[in-house]
Amino acid sequence: MVDRIILRVTRYRPESDTEPMTQEHEIPLRKDWSVLDGLNHIKDHLDGTLSYRWSCRMGVCGSCGMTVNGEPKLTCATFLGDYAPGPVRVEPLSNFPVVRDLVVDIGDFMRKLPRVKPWLIRSEQEPPAVGEYPQLPAEREEYEQFSMCINCMLCYAACPVYALDQEFLGPAAIALAQRYNLDSRDQGASERMDVLSEADGIWACTFVGECSAVCPKDVDPAGAIQRYKFTAAMDSLKALLLPRGAR
Amino acid sequence: MEPFLWLLFSAGGVLSALLIPALLFLFGLAFPLGWVSPPDHAHLSAVLSHPVTRVALLGLCVLALFHWAHRFRYALYDGLQLKHLERAITLFCYGGALTGSAVAGYFLLAVP
Amino acid sequence: MKVEYTQFHPRWYRPRVPVFWWLRRRSYLLFVLRELSSVFVAWFVVFLLLLVNAVAQGPEDYRRFLDWSATPGMLLLNVVALCFILLHAVTWLFTLSPHAMVVRLRGRRLPPAVIGAGNLVAWMLASALAAFLILG
Repeated sequence: MVDRIILRVTRYRPESDTEPMTQEHEIPLRKDWSVLDGLNHIKDHLDGTLSYRWSCRMGVCGSCGMTVNGEPKLTCATFLGDYAPGPVRVEPLSNFPVVRDLVVDIGDFMRKLPRVKPWLIRSEQEPPAVGEYPQLPAEREEYEQFSMCINCMLCYAACPVYALDQEFLGPAAIALAQRYNLDSRDQGASERMDVLSEADGIWACTFVGECSAVCPKDVDPAGAIQRYKFTAAMDSLKALLLPRGAR
Repeated sequence: MEPFLWLLFSAGGVLSALLIPALLFLFGLAFPLGWVSPPDHAHLSAVLSHPVTRVALLGLCVLALFHWAHRFRYALYDGLQLKHLERAITLFCYGGALTGSAVAGYFLLAVP
Repeated sequence: MKVEYTQFHPRWYRPRVPVFWWLRRRSYLLFVLRELSSVFVAWFVVFLLLLVNAVAQGPEDYRRFLDWSATPGMLLLNVVALCFILLHAVTWLFTLSPHAMVVRLRGRRLPPAVIGAGNLVAWMLASALAAFLILG
């Protein structure tokens, strides 16, 4: 006999519902099945109208983030067996507007990303003939952790500051800015400072730390934000105390 | 302004974490409950009359108050969702810290 | 931006954040308690200034301060305050600052656990110094 587990899935159909409702499905419980496999089973065999996002099934694309039993998770990396005997609650990511069922609108995040200029900025662009910008392994280590982000937005779903104020730039965007600020090839730190040091940037963060706790790639956005606060504060102090030339 | 307030908050957080547990344990619990016999007046008075002690305590008081002001302000913004009262809250928190610092300065430096 | 639902325009569902959102998760509750510790930091400043003032006024006032701090109400307040202060000290020294600080030794970044251990040593030294000065 096959073990079975109940999945409680949030449904929201904007054309007919004013509020989401919960639908229950009993599915087979297989040792190697992730929550995403469970959803795929529902979609293929039980109810083809269920909507959700997914792509790579291996924790790289960052599109299958949902709330599993109240925690923001990548559903492809969260296994049903860990929740046995169930039931397992699957809801859309919190803090984002729900478009349908488990699909959220990510436009806000997409508009925030380019604001921090996440690319290498050079004060003077070298012509390609000069060659690449060399970097030592130790210099790469400086920002490597922050470059692991897959934009899955679990950190936004976990952040109460973002929940309360959607203007907040948020964990992933600031960590990404820090990834370029700490890159030895980059010279754009002062350009990013304007966006980051606004009231809705780093200073809105109160270091709840949940962004780092839920991050599937151990990026530690909370650490990145606090480190950046320190840098920004020191820069302000220098600007206040030192004459212009010495900065 | 925010960077400086944050620096004060952080410095206050470090000092409070390092010093307040021991001080509060002694004067709030250990002496009143008789676990440790309290120092006599002459000894405490001598310790307090040393300028280094007074400056250190003044630093602790001022930074601890600004630590409170900053954290409490955000606790009211987020915990009670009072961001729309930003002005009044800022005035209350940092005004309180400034007033408290002045009182601390009076007690610690003006009193012999 | 208000968008009416049509076949091509989503009608978003956006729940409101409840007032007591921090009761929904243990980590959020711990966060709010951590932030509330600041109130007891401020209380300690008041308590300390009262003590300083009593010592400055003379032996009589100092004795009265000691008696006052032994009343049940004050004891209760200070027990609660000490719990919050310890929450502040533990979170600040061992979870917050190790992640926020970058300390380098011979060009290598120290791992958070080492910074936490350093903070523990600093905490012990500061406490020992305070106790030594007070107890003589």
